[in-house]
Amino acid sequence: MNQPTEARLLAESDIMWAEVGQSRPHESAQLHVLGTANYVDDIREVQGTLHAALGLSQKAHAKIRAIDLEAVRNSPGVVAVCTAADIPGANDCGPIIHDDPILADGLVQYVGQPMFIVVADSHDNARRAARKAVVDYEELPALLTPQQARDANSFVLPPMQLRRGQFEQAYAAAPHKLQGKLAVGGQEQFYLEGQISYAIPKEDGGMLVLCSTQHPTEMQHTVAHALDLLSHKVQVECRRMGGGFGGKETQSALWAGAAAIAANYVKGPVKLRADRDDDMMVTGKRHCFWYEYEAGYDDEGRILAAKVEMLTRAGFSADLSGPVATRAVCHFDNAYYLSDVDIVAMCARTNTQSNTAFRGFGGPQGAIAIEYIIDEIARNLGRDALDVRKANFYGRDPDGARNTTPYGQPVKDNVIHELVAQLESDSSYRARRAAAREFNAMSPVLKKGIALTPVKFGVAFNTVHQNQAGALVHVYVDGSVLVNHGGTEMGQGVNTKVAQVVAQQLGVDLSLVQVSATDTAKIANTSPTAASTGADLNGKAAQDAARQICERLAQMVAKEYGADPADVQFRNNHVHVGGRALPFKQVVAKAYLARVQLWSDGFYATPNLCWDSKTMTGTPFSYFAYGAAVSEVIVDTLTGEWKLLRADALYDAGNSLNPAIDKGQVEGAFIQGMGWLTTEELWWNQMGKLMTHAPSTYKIPAVSDCPEDFRVSLYKNANVTDSIHRSKAVGEPPLLLPFSVFFAIRDAVASVGDYRVNPPLQAPATYEAIFNAVTAVSEG
Amino acid sequence: MSDPIRFMYKGAVHSVNESAPTQTILQHLREDLHCTGTKEGCAEGDCGACTVVVAELQGGEVQMKAVNACIQFLPTLDGKALFTVEDLQQPDGGLHPVQQALVDCHGSQCGFCTPGIAMSLWGLYLKQQTCGTTPCRRDINDALSGNLCRCTGYRPIIEAAARMGEFDAPEFDRAGLLASLAPLQRDAMFIYAAGESRFYAPRTLSQLLEIRADLPEARLLAGSTDVGLWVTKQMRILGDIIYLGAVPELRAITERDDMLEIGAGVTLTDAFDALCRHYGPELDEMRQRFASLPIRNAGTLGGNVANGSPIGDSMPWLIALGSQVVLHGARGRRVLALEDFYLDYQKKDLHADEIVESVRVPLPLAGRQFRTYKLAKRFDQDISAVCAAFCIELDTDVVRDVRIAFGGMAAIPKRAARAEAVLRGAIWSEAVLRQAKDALAEDYAPLSDMRASSAYRMQAAQNLLHRFWLETRPEHAMPAVLVNAFAWQ
Repeated sequence: MNQPTEARLLAESDIMWAEVGQSRPHESAQLHVLGTANYVDDIREVQGTLHAALGLSQKAHAKIRAIDLEAVRNSPGVVAVCTAADIPGANDCGPIIHDDPILADGLVQYVGQPMFIVVADSHDNARRAARKAVVDYEELPALLTPQQARDANSFVLPPMQLRRGQFEQAYAAAPHKLQGKLAVGGQEQFYLEGQISYAIPKEDGGMLVLCSTQHPTEMQHTVAHALDLLSHKVQVECRRMGGGFGGKETQSALWAGAAAIAANYVKGPVKLRADRDDDMMVTGKRHCFWYEYEAGYDDEGRILAAKVEMLTRAGFSADLSGPVATRAVCHFDNAYYLSDVDIVAMCARTNTQSNTAFRGFGGPQGAIAIEYIIDEIARNLGRDALDVRKANFYGRDPDGARNTTPYGQPVKDNVIHELVAQLESDSSYRARRAAAREFNAMSPVLKKGIALTPVKFGVAFNTVHQNQAGALVHVYVDGSVLVNHGGTEMGQGVNTKVAQVVAQQLGVDLSLVQVSATDTAKIANTSPTAASTGADLNGKAAQDAARQICERLAQMVAKEYGADPADVQFRNNHVHVGGRALPFKQVVAKAYLARVQLWSDGFYATPNLCWDSKTMTGTPFSYFAYGAAVSEVIVDTLTGEWKLLRADALYDAGNSLNPAIDKGQVEGAFIQGMGWLTTEELWWNQMGKLMTHAPSTYKIPAVSDCPEDFRVSLYKNANVTDSIHRSKAVGEPPLLLPFSVFFAIRDAVASVGDYRVNPPLQAPATYEAIFNAVTAVSEG
Repeated sequence: MSDPIRFMYKGAVHSVNESAPTQTILQHLREDLHCTGTKEGCAEGDCGACTVVVAELQGGEVQMKAVNACIQFLPTLDGKALFTVEDLQQPDGGLHPVQQALVDCHGSQCGFCTPGIAMSLWGLYLKQQTCGTTPCRRDINDALSGNLCRCTGYRPIIEAAARMGEFDAPEFDRAGLLASLAPLQRDAMFIYAAGESRFYAPRTLSQLLEIRADLPEARLLAGSTDVGLWVTKQMRILGDIIYLGAVPELRAITERDDMLEIGAGVTLTDAFDALCRHYGPELDEMRQRFASLPIRNAGTLGGNVANGSPIGDSMPWLIALGSQVVLHGARGRRVLALEDFYLDYQKKDLHADEIVESVRVPLPLAGRQFRTYKLAKRFDQDISAVCAAFCIELDTDVVRDVRIAFGGMAAIPKRAARAEAVLRGAIWSEAVLRQAKDALAEDYAPLSDMRASSAYRMQAAQNLLHRFWLETRPEHAMPAVLVNAFAWQ
């Protein structure tokens, strides 16, 4: 009898053991640091693998009269050249609206649009050959800015509008009014691993595509349509990405499609790896926005009426511009109750890259507009912007007034008051604000600024049907566990979190749980890993699968020991039944012999979501995540140079599944969002050519940009909604935290005009933009 | 006739005969050796995913430096040792302290930049092991200035760098490496040929001048931090290459006659080490912001000067300091004031048989004040929108002499003749400053591009002169911490 030992284990486990909620390293951390984590380009090539490169348009808008590919074909190492004519099926990689060709066919719509595929014996030879095409363009008028497109009535989608209350009346009656304009630039995802797809023909006309993608199912569809195959002939696999950030949600499709078209054409394996410059020239980015706004408010700064018209650069095709604009509309409120609002969003069709998903997905663009307005209200009233923000927060009482969003969803989980109060106190906001003002009075050149900004972020796909996920959990007879789910790993730690959920459910050590590559042959019809829902959806699906296995094992052991299956517990690598603790491995081995199914599928669909896209009302979100940050900067008014002196951030990850990973997401999002609002500038020349197409010219934050004093904490909270272990999403919402950096800079600039003038600061707040704002303020 | 490229790799001599002379170290690692730990993120030396450490013998010692494998041509490794992320794992299979610290601090998310970061940190770790010090934030920033990470926001990586010293690792065997490198050193010129082009690495200055005279069309190569991109980005065919990196005379730094003579083959890292011994406070920020550590470890001051880009970051301050460039050709040496070397955009006073042999930088003079400022979009590793340099000598409050030079303001690095004329002999006052600022508008007509608009370049240039005045005015001069946000800690 070994019962005493087991009893002791049971007692220990009651105190010690819980896998979920622990800070665990990323499941691939060891492989990352060893250099043995394989990305698509690291996978040993199949014999005979050829390499592809894309021939890109040099014109923003032109008919292709003729294209001479002779020099391309004759270039060293070239095996084949494919054009649109060589696509057996649909020449399309548009995710929603089919306006996005894989290869331009007779018409090019932006500088960088792929026109043909070169297949050669090496990556280098393919790239060299791709430049040798002689194209006869008939140039057409190009719309290079959203404003030009609006004036030409050129949109990828009809405008959308969300109205609540009576803006006009409320505005007319408001004691104070303001109006203004704001430009906020786009942002390149700059995943460190560029776009890549490796297509390997399989028997019977099938195709295996190894792809760096957030959306294997959509890659499967694109490839199947392009090759005129049924989906079951196409398998797409992604073990991990070297970053995605939204850029590999739909925009990996062009690369997957082109690689598959080429592989189909040469009847052999073809790898298409984008050179960084090609990647940045071809793919879409975060949408830039242009706002015109009006607001009416009272003496306290409380907004009585708000109206905003958002014009965004969609690029040449729709891609995800519709959903992005929808989210921008739904995030205009941020953390504030807006009784009477009128929000319009327009997606301008321009002859530039087709803009797409990027962490936040329109949310940051929607929310920054209201923050800009509040910042101005505060300055107009001579009040602390934090007080004005507080005056506008959604109500404290979930059943009370001021608690419904403009789109009609009640806010039932509001913690912004408590969270902001905690941050205000922990960061000594008031004292530091006073100190900054004292400093500025004495310092003629350098000026300090400080700002606290809040975030409320709705979590779920706006598109209801996408809120579903599947998983497979296998328990092998040795007690080891393999998990497969529909989410993709891009560094955010979804695999680690899902493994923790499964380990917790099965009551085994995390080391026993392995997560495998995302594979369309395992989980069908997956949603993209996007909208911060990766762990929410796939965690629930995997938990569902593991729970079914537990139930079967519980049935078995309960029967054997005369217990109730409901009382059987899985903890500490043991199955606990009737006071006994049986080793998990032993129970599993027994179950196999007893012919109990040791694997299971799992499924999850987020409940209670609805959305009416015509009225723009419903319950698009499962819950809201909250956060806030305080940033303090010092600005050089002679040049516009600045430095972030300190940043404090507090984020509501609910019951965090993995605090270390969540903290990492918050820190990473903070710096990434700061890049968007400061150093990262997309610049097209007069011909419509993007000139910032490499890290030499496009500047994401580097190590010195991380402030020396950077304090990030998670806010203690449990999700009111029944999310996976009451956790909350963490991917996107913290990207809005560095609004505090932007508004701290604006605060510093305002000091030049004794805080009486609103600096017309635009984003990105490059040194030049800051300098221009300083100039405008000093000139009054 | 072709010598094989021989270098130490994974503890053994690795020989290459077939690769094109412009194949990069990264391509060789990934495509030929299937050693894929080292990543390509940009192929232009700007992201650091490809960072490796190269060891070479210099002055009888082993020097180990992190460089970007994506823009270094393979033949430049001849006689050296190459270390990649695969070399870090300990003999017992355990992680190196650098790796363990990254894991413990949650320093990787997507992991794609991680091998490069591990190698940059290893470079720092080796330095730390030698000096026995713990790196401060400034050291860490320097070491990681060339590594982009898009996921973490750097905080956990910085923590890993600060904590890696807590873990022990066996002392790196420099003596063993020295012993294995010694037999790879060549006395005769290294000539590597593959395909239609040749790679020459002369061993002496006279060999270099001889081969230069014989092959006036050949491309001179030093740090490869610009020429590398001609291949990886512009897909240019370079033809024959003459490599300056193995000529000891060009790697010398000598101090004499109140000047520092820096050979054209001296890396920017070494050049700044020498310069900052004299111009520490004045050049410190420029040193941090000049490209990144891996670029400074490979690139040379001579290369920056010879390249003569209008946005090169060394020429403005070299010109302001009154530096000279020494040219050497078949007919002997010529010494030019650096500003006279630049004739027009990408046009230099350099004959086909000549090379830039060295740069002569005057040492500090009592009574002369010098500052240089760089304006770019980002602090680390960015190309200047405007680079300004000012040198002034005052007699109490009268300007005895002044030299002002700018980069990013004209087709060449150029002195501000009119502004200087306004100042020379005038009182260093706010009124005169205003006139000098106005004169700058006549000295330059800068372009608008993705780095900055013409208007901003001009106004910022004028304001940098203003900053210089604030720092050096006869009364109430302001310390940097009051006029420069980056001086603020």
